[in-house]
Amino acid sequence: MQDIEITQDERLAIDALIVKHQRIPGALLPLLHAIQDSVGFVPESIYPKIAKALALSVAEVHGVVTFYHHFRTHKAGEHVVQICRAESCQAMGSNALEDHAKKCLGVDYHQTTADGKLTLEPVYCLGNCALSPSVTIDDEIYGRVSSADLDALIAEARR
Amino acid sequence: MVTKVYIPRDSSALSVGADKVASAIAAEAKRRGQDVKIIRNGSRGLYWLETMVEVATENGRVAYAPVKPADAASLFDADFLNGKSHALCLGLTEELDWLKKQQRLTFARVGITDPVSLEDYIAHDGYRGLKNALNLSGAEIVKAVTDSGLRGRGGAAFPTGIKWNTVLGCEAEQKYIVCNADEGDSGTYSDRMIMEGDPFVLIEGMTIAGVAVGATQGYIYLRSEYPHALATLNEAILNAEKAGYLGANILGSGKTFNLEVRRAAGAYVCGEETSLLESLEGKRGLVRFKPPLPAIEGLFGKPTVVNNVISLATVPIILDKGAQYYADYGMGRSRGTLPIQLAGNIKHGGLVELAFGATLRELLYDFGGGSFTGKPIRAVQVGGPLGAFLPESQFDTPLDYEEFTKIWAVLGHGGIVAFDDTVDMAEMARYAFEFCAIESCGKCTPCRIGSTRGVEVIDKITASKGKPDHAKSIQLVRDLSDTMLNGSLCALGGMTPYPVLSALNHFPEDFGLPCG
Repeated sequence: MQDIEITQDERLAIDALIVKHQRIPGALLPLLHAIQDSVGFVPESIYPKIAKALALSVAEVHGVVTFYHHFRTHKAGEHVVQICRAESCQAMGSNALEDHAKKCLGVDYHQTTADGKLTLEPVYCLGNCALSPSVTIDDEIYGRVSSADLDALIAEARR
Repeated sequence: MVTKVYIPRDSSALSVGADKVASAIAAEAKRRGQDVKIIRNGSRGLYWLETMVEVATENGRVAYAPVKPADAASLFDADFLNGKSHALCLGLTEELDWLKKQQRLTFARVGITDPVSLEDYIAHDGYRGLKNALNLSGAEIVKAVTDSGLRGRGGAAFPTGIKWNTVLGCEAEQKYIVCNADEGDSGTYSDRMIMEGDPFVLIEGMTIAGVAVGATQGYIYLRSEYPHALATLNEAILNAEKAGYLGANILGSGKTFNLEVRRAAGAYVCGEETSLLESLEGKRGLVRFKPPLPAIEGLFGKPTVVNNVISLATVPIILDKGAQYYADYGMGRSRGTLPIQLAGNIKHGGLVELAFGATLRELLYDFGGGSFTGKPIRAVQVGGPLGAFLPESQFDTPLDYEEFTKIWAVLGHGGIVAFDDTVDMAEMARYAFEFCAIESCGKCTPCRIGSTRGVEVIDKITASKGKPDHAKSIQLVRDLSDTMLNGSLCALGGMTPYPVLSALNHFPEDFGLPCG
């Protein structure tokens, strides 16, 4: 298990979240969301602590974290760019858009740019299918995105 | 006098700049000293016209669309606050042909009300269904839902009333109502529109379900890709709690119903009901064997109603206007209305709620206006990534569960994705397998292994066009599909052959086979 350094503040924040969530039914997903929302990822070094609080095995915690695409075990870039790969967006040229994004960012999916600014992720439907192709940057959604639009959005995020 | 201006808060409207439009109009109003109240409504569903700005006038709401932030000044110059003419003026919203041709029952309020205003909801006939339900026995409520003919709108089309009746008949200390809001099918967004545009109708539907079957706790399992729906739902739930529509002793009835939103985490398979329950319990979303049915042993082993957003959001109107009112819409065994979502390469994409029975052609051309690119529509995929691709020769099929079954297709959640003639159907078949491989929960072999082998076989087919082993690979993909269809544990592996085989059967030329 690769241990990624987290700060003392982050550790304290996580401890508080564990206490807050440990008694609710089916606590693991809400807890993992809370941790990721707070520190940006789910550090593997805290699996034992979560496991103990929720009466699970470390393997179970690991199993859940890795089952779901949403959870990450490493810090992402400052901003996360998601490009929708689903059928509706494909019908509107998302394949070209993803090729363009990979080329201009110099990364593949699940990778972060060298400057640590942007992480590129695929997503399978954003529910914006009447205005395909769709992209998100963090929690902001954009529809009818052309390659030029994407360049502008990326430039803005980089600023 | 304050003028009400409506600017959608719907995600799709936001995706084309609705927030910036709202800021620009607010700033312009301030600059001119005009008294304007901006209400952030849901979307009317004419997405190609977003951002649609509406102004309340004494003749009704007047629409201006599509508005960009730069249009703010000219709108004020044209006196749009009094509904005056402007290049973007579409006239009265209610008179728009696209809306007039629809039968909006489930979507009656979406785009009209302020989504988080309980007062607005009640002023537009909200909570009448619950009030009626509180005067009925559980069995009577279930009977109304059964008699309405409502079938699961998530895709499986199982009669909602029968599911409820099973839970009603179970003796248990705790029962649950679970709303499946893991709307992962590409080409669908009706659940999102309800949650962002009229969350109270879902809350009311779930409350009625709880009262009917004796469940005191509800969960909405919401996909993590919908942050705006999450915020809107949570705000609406809080408002309902404050006013006594949720919690202990609902409206003084002595009944309890609590509701909580739980975020999913990006696994498509969790839209399958047993996988969803596993996930709600805090586990990997592995599909369960059935039986036991979730209605008998569901969440935390307790009797559980699991219904889709649209199914639950349709319950209030049934309890308000009666089962017969709803059942009078539709055809055959498909009663009521279906919120259809036009998506993909389509000129006029958006939400069309119609009684069952309209044809695909009417949807694609009368409502959709043909393809976005102006090229011929070559194929449509109905019902999400596990739905069949239909060629032009099948566009006269009426939207009806049984009629679709007859042509080996599914209506699913009512999403229609259009493709123009540049689509490569072998590529789409490959993608269907690829998606299944990415999203498979891994529990059953046909899905876990079959999906990966499927990608490889399609690649072989593409590479071996005109060569001796081409026919062998075609046969192999058919055999593999047969195994997945009949041997998978759930619809993910079990229905991936629908897009694959329909692509192969209807568009053989894309696979290097002779036409038709």
